Amino acid sequence: MDRAATAEKIAALIEPFNKKGVAITDASTFAGDLEFDSLTVMDFVAAIEDEFDIIISMNQQAEIETYGQLIDAVVKLQG
Amino acid sequence: MTDLFSKFDPLIEMRAGLLATGVTDPFGMVMEKVLSPTVAICNGRETILLGTYNYMGMTFDPDVIEAGKQALDDFGAGTTGSRVLNGTYAGHRAVEDALKEFYGMDHAMVFSTGYQANLGIISTIAGKGDYIVLDIDSHASIWDGCKMGDAEVVPFKHNDIDAMEKRLKRIPEGAGKLVVLEGVYSMLGDIAPLKEMIEVAKKHGAMVLVDEAHSMGFIGPNGRGVAEDQGCLDDVDFVIGTFSKSVGTVGGFCVSNHPKFEIMRLVCRPYVFTASLPPSVVATASTSIRKLMHAGNKRAHLWENSKTLHQGLRDKGFQLGTESPQSAIIAVIMPDLERGAAMWEALLKEGLYVNLARPPATPANMTLLRCSLCAEHSAEQVQTIIGMFERAGKAVGII
Repeated sequence: MDRAATAEKIAALIEPFNKKGVAITDASTFAGDLEFDSLTVMDFVAAIEDEFDIIISMNQQAEIETYGQLIDAVVKLQG
Repeated sequence: MTDLFSKFDPLIEMRAGLLATGVTDPFGMVMEKVLSPTVAICNGRETILLGTYNYMGMTFDPDVIEAGKQALDDFGAGTTGSRVLNGTYAGHRAVEDALKEFYGMDHAMVFSTGYQANLGIISTIAGKGDYIVLDIDSHASIWDGCKMGDAEVVPFKHNDIDAMEKRLKRIPEGAGKLVVLEGVYSMLGDIAPLKEMIEVAKKHGAMVLVDEAHSMGFIGPNGRGVAEDQGCLDDVDFVIGTFSKSVGTVGGFCVSNHPKFEIMRLVCRPYVFTASLPPSVVATASTSIRKLMHAGNKRAHLWENSKTLHQGLRDKGFQLGTESPQSAIIAVIMPDLERGAAMWEALLKEGLYVNLARPPATPANMTLLRCSLCAEHSAEQVQTIIGMFERAGKAVGII
């Protein structure tokens, strides 16, 4: 799946977690802009993993700070 | 200069804010005198202890104390050395023999604390390129062991068998896999469906480590823990436990049937680079473990206490962490930290000590008053405790 198609799917997946309706760009940060706490991160990561049938380990999550980085990582993990 | 302590400012402010409300500092309590496994003098007042992990009340067992005194006389106050150098005394071998017998397993390895047992075993067996699949509510010592070993860490939702299986399925072929579970989760006192989870883990070729810290001595026909109780202990590759709960002293251990297990003594750094437990500690532990093998009556009484307290608090209108009593831990859910701290203080004034637990140690950002029962609590004490909760709960406005 290319970046655009992946981004489109992730945009749909993040909607229920974006409770404050923040306008998301590739530069949006999960901890800062989206105010995700650790439980939200777990549920959101699980949703992404199930959709794309991948594992995003905590080691990999530590490298992902922004929305754009997440899309890049998911594109890469799909191989 | 950047002050390296500035990262703690939010916590310092939160704590100052709480204390400014006039509440007693929950972390400032001192037990001036301990009268028995269930009663101490705290801040000058006689207090029932309902916040220790002294589940089987072994701390004042006369045989246990006698063994400790004898070891102090015979072997001195400490070993001053690591197990692999000058730190293995007869008592260390004896306590490992007691553990092997207690669990019916081939190998036992004793650490200086339970934290180090998890830290050491997990970080040593799961290294770079291996995968650790673990419950999101795992104890800090498990998380720290994962981080130290540099394995890929994949958490799943608490006690969710499907979520665990999905993650196991996606691990690349050929990679080493370790599933880490706990028998009793200590914050809410709930147990894991180990039988089903271990079956799934084995189906996907994973080794299984189960932390039975909060179940040893109490749960299972022989007190071996939740895995024994659910009939799946034989499928557990590594059981982690501690001496600081039911055993009544301090120390940690791992028991296993893995044929190569003994190599751990040379490669496990938290084992190699720590002084071994003092002779008196391992002597008290051995004696206590052997007595716990035959403690069926105490186990039955502790279950009675747990059931009575659970029902009693529920009847008074408290919200509890589990629908039914599953362990010796009963967690009372507080509406927020402020009222939790006020309730904790009101109970202390009543003469009852419980644990105030708050995020990040708790799941789902809950504030909990955690009660842990002891086999030495009398039925009368349990009724007294329920009365204290009722009065404090009404005074603080929680019920």
